[in-house]
Amino acid sequence: MSVWIAIVTVLLLAVVVLLISAPLRTGWKTGPDTDRRAELEAAREGKYREIRDAELDFRTGKLSREDHQTIDAELRAEALEILDRLQANDASMGESEASAPNVEASPPQTDTD
Amino acid sequence: MNPARKRTVRLVVALSAAVLLASALIYTSFKAADPALSPSQLLRQAQPDRSYQLTGSVVAHSVEHHGEVLDFRVADRTGGTAVQVAYTGSVPDPFREGREVIVTVRKQGSGDFVGERGSLITKCPSKYKEAPPSEKQNA
Amino acid sequence: MAVLGRSCLLLGLVVCAYGIGASLYGARTTQPQWVESARRSVYALALILTVAIAVLEIAFLRNDFVFNTVADTSSRTTPTFYRAAAVWASQEGSLLLWAWLLSLWSSLVLFLTRRRLREVVPYAIAILLGFGSFFISLMVFYANPFQTTTPAPAEGVGLDPLLRFPTMMIHPPMLYSGYTLCMIPLAFGIGALIARRVDAEWIRVIRRFSLAAWLFLGIGILLGARWSYSELGWGGYWGWDPVENASLMPWLTGTAFLHSLMIQEKRGMLKVWNVSLVLATGTLAIMGTFLVRSGILSSIHAFGGATLGVPFVCLIGALIGGSIYLVVSRREMLRSEHRLDSLFSRESFFMANNLVLVALCFVIFWGTYFPLISEALTGQEASVGPPWFDRYTVPLALVLVLLSGIGPVIAWRRATFANARRNFVVPIGAALVTLTALLAVGITQKPLAITMFCCAAFALASVGQEFFRGVRARRAMTHDAPPIALLALVRRNRRRYGGYVVHMGMAVLFIGVAASSSFRHQTELGLSPGQSAKVGPYTIRYVRPTAHVVNDPAHTGSTLNLGAVLNVTKGSRHVATLHPSQGYYDSSDPTQGSVGHLIGGQAVSHISMSAGVTRDIWSAIEPDISAPPLQKIINAANKTIPLVRPDEGLLALAYMAGAYLRHPPPAQFNFIDSPLVMWIWIGGLIVLAGGLIVLWPAPSTVRGRVRALARVGLARRLARA
Repeated sequence: MSVWIAIVTVLLLAVVVLLISAPLRTGWKTGPDTDRRAELEAAREGKYREIRDAELDFRTGKLSREDHQTIDAELRAEALEILDRLQANDASMGESEASAPNVEASPPQTDTD
Repeated sequence: MNPARKRTVRLVVALSAAVLLASALIYTSFKAADPALSPSQLLRQAQPDRSYQLTGSVVAHSVEHHGEVLDFRVADRTGGTAVQVAYTGSVPDPFREGREVIVTVRKQGSGDFVGERGSLITKCPSKYKEAPPSEKQNA
Repeated sequence: MAVLGRSCLLLGLVVCAYGIGASLYGARTTQPQWVESARRSVYALALILTVAIAVLEIAFLRNDFVFNTVADTSSRTTPTFYRAAAVWASQEGSLLLWAWLLSLWSSLVLFLTRRRLREVVPYAIAILLGFGSFFISLMVFYANPFQTTTPAPAEGVGLDPLLRFPTMMIHPPMLYSGYTLCMIPLAFGIGALIARRVDAEWIRVIRRFSLAAWLFLGIGILLGARWSYSELGWGGYWGWDPVENASLMPWLTGTAFLHSLMIQEKRGMLKVWNVSLVLATGTLAIMGTFLVRSGILSSIHAFGGATLGVPFVCLIGALIGGSIYLVVSRREMLRSEHRLDSLFSRESFFMANNLVLVALCFVIFWGTYFPLISEALTGQEASVGPPWFDRYTVPLALVLVLLSGIGPVIAWRRATFANARRNFVVPIGAALVTLTALLAVGITQKPLAITMFCCAAFALASVGQEFFRGVRARRAMTHDAPPIALLALVRRNRRRYGGYVVHMGMAVLFIGVAASSSFRHQTELGLSPGQSAKVGPYTIRYVRPTAHVVNDPAHTGSTLNLGAVLNVTKGSRHVATLHPSQGYYDSSDPTQGSVGHLIGGQAVSHISMSAGVTRDIWSAIEPDISAPPLQKIINAANKTIPLVRPDEGLLALAYMAGAYLRHPPPAQFNFIDSPLVMWIWIGGLIVLAGGLIVLWPAPSTVRGRVRALARVGLARRLARA
């Protein structure tokens, strides 16, 4: 029994050392820094959610039509600004927007978080 | 009223409410609290018709049932002075001699201590204790 | 095996130390390979501690009493399920469970963020490994789960019979999952502050973990309350005991955070508040863990030994001091991007809700730690009891339930009074109908309970109205059948409608709490067979005694079980038959005699109740085993039966049981008639369901396709506007 324990202990130690040292041995490199893009995408998702929430508030009678139109315009302007910043970020990172199908769509109808 | 002033007013109202609640809390806690005493402290300090939280260990061979009344003695954790308590009410499952208990008592005019109904708490057996050195051994 | 376990602890400590150093070095020198190595240290720690806990689990299942913790908390006669769960019944095992769960959640969050938050993650890794090393150090230096004694005892002490209930064995893993999940937002919050990256991204990342922590803590709290009610002999589910409060406090601040987080996501407001809540929740979770082990407060759970108190105090002090420093020094970066548009908005009511929740937490904190506070200020330790807690928590709970009904009806950013008037008609109507109905049936006393029923009716009607209008709006667009429209509505707006379900559950739960605490009837008295007691509208008759030797009807391994058959009637109608009993367990203490030790251990009440949707009838018995005729039999058997013949000892017990059945001495009974208790558990399950709805992720393929379409579509529509 103690032989097996010794073998398991040594194996565990070997696995741990290999796992932890792998990035140092193999010259591990990260990909491009996507933090800024992720932040903007998070802001965009949040803005879509707000647009959708405002529409749901209107449809369930919590907002008048006039209030909804005002808020919706504000939110869409804010969303456009975020999209502009996203595009600027992508341009500065050298990425190009993927060509998208010729489809008209509303802000996502699904809770994407 | 301009927005900045509105914000200031809201902040003042909120802070005032918080201060009021905190003051009420602090005042009533000191007023309503039962002092927690060991048996030796209780014997020295207890006034009649005041409630105290008595904490200590149940003395061996002191537990007796007399009808609905449970009589037992509570001693300081370090041993020594013990107090006789007459308690009526639900008795927790872990209650037994040697266990640590907390019970709210009131001193009668005669000098006896009566436990408040339903106030008896027995500490769970000390599963989080440190083992005595003699029991420790690294194989 | 013990060698493997101890090696795991030491290796874990080394890995933690390495990981902390590597992550900080990688952050400071901008060398991502060191940060990646540190990330893998966390994965390695999870592997190491999995092996360690597996070793301990195997030791328990194999009855390997050479391990002290196995000998102290298990025995050959302990049922297998409880042996497996007894791993966390001891200080040592529970520390290992805590560290293991922390390593698992840490591995998960670091895997999910492997390409994100590059500036924050190194510090988060260091914090998480710091906690890991703290708990492993406690095990290595103070409470080692792999400590052994040779020669091994032939038999263990056995699991405390009070813990031999399924709810009680699942309660610690749930609670510890909640506590350890609280460490994730704490670590990322501290990391974001240190790295000065306090934007929305870190909050978005930890949102799900905060929700999961809230969920697990809630399940743990509910299981503890259920255990207290259905297994302990006092008939209550909440006693404001310090350890109960310790788990409730982080749950309250976590609830506040989940609400105010939405405001930060939408409006960029409350950044200081949110990061403070995150830090407070994590610190309260550590304090909760500390309370159980330190002995600093007198509690049913405050176990004696104070050896772990000093390290915990140091850790808590460092957390509080460090948190305050970080928030104050980064306050410029935490400025709000917007201001509140209107007091009459959902944001405003969310903030009110936050204030109430934090006030509740403060009240409970003050009352829980009052013995220490009073001793520090006056030199005299004093404590406050349940009436003091109730005085403040009940009104605050009323306001909370009311707010949970107002919030859903108000729009974000700004709401108009005209709209609000229209939207409040049904909820206010429901509250008034409830009040009228209660007064009509003669419930005129207990104004606080009546107020709670009305507030809950208001909240339920408000949420119901939201579902109704949402389904109607959806059907207007899609013409789906109502059930399909409802499903689609919830699926597409999980955060909103999941939250509404949680509010519903809380309202139901508070109805149960208000009814059961305000309208219960309790009777404690001694009865002999044939005698009856009145409890509220019910008559309970003691029909006959019961006795079992070894054949424990509750399946907890008791040697002797004495009980009663009770008949419950209301008028002439039979309502229920109850079978409460008391189990007596082996103490393994030879000084109690050959027969005495068989029943000299922990005695445990086995409650019997008739549970229904309208009321529970709860009963407990305390047989008088010290009655002279029974003691005479035990004393005689002790003298004549040798210790080495337990089979003869059991025969003597059977004889004693027979004597008990023939001439039962009066037993002490505790009867409680408690209305609507079941709705507490039902409400809890509804809250759990709502939490799961919110937590559930959207399918990633849908997410990606929707994003692509939305990006193009929105841009084009805005361009045409």
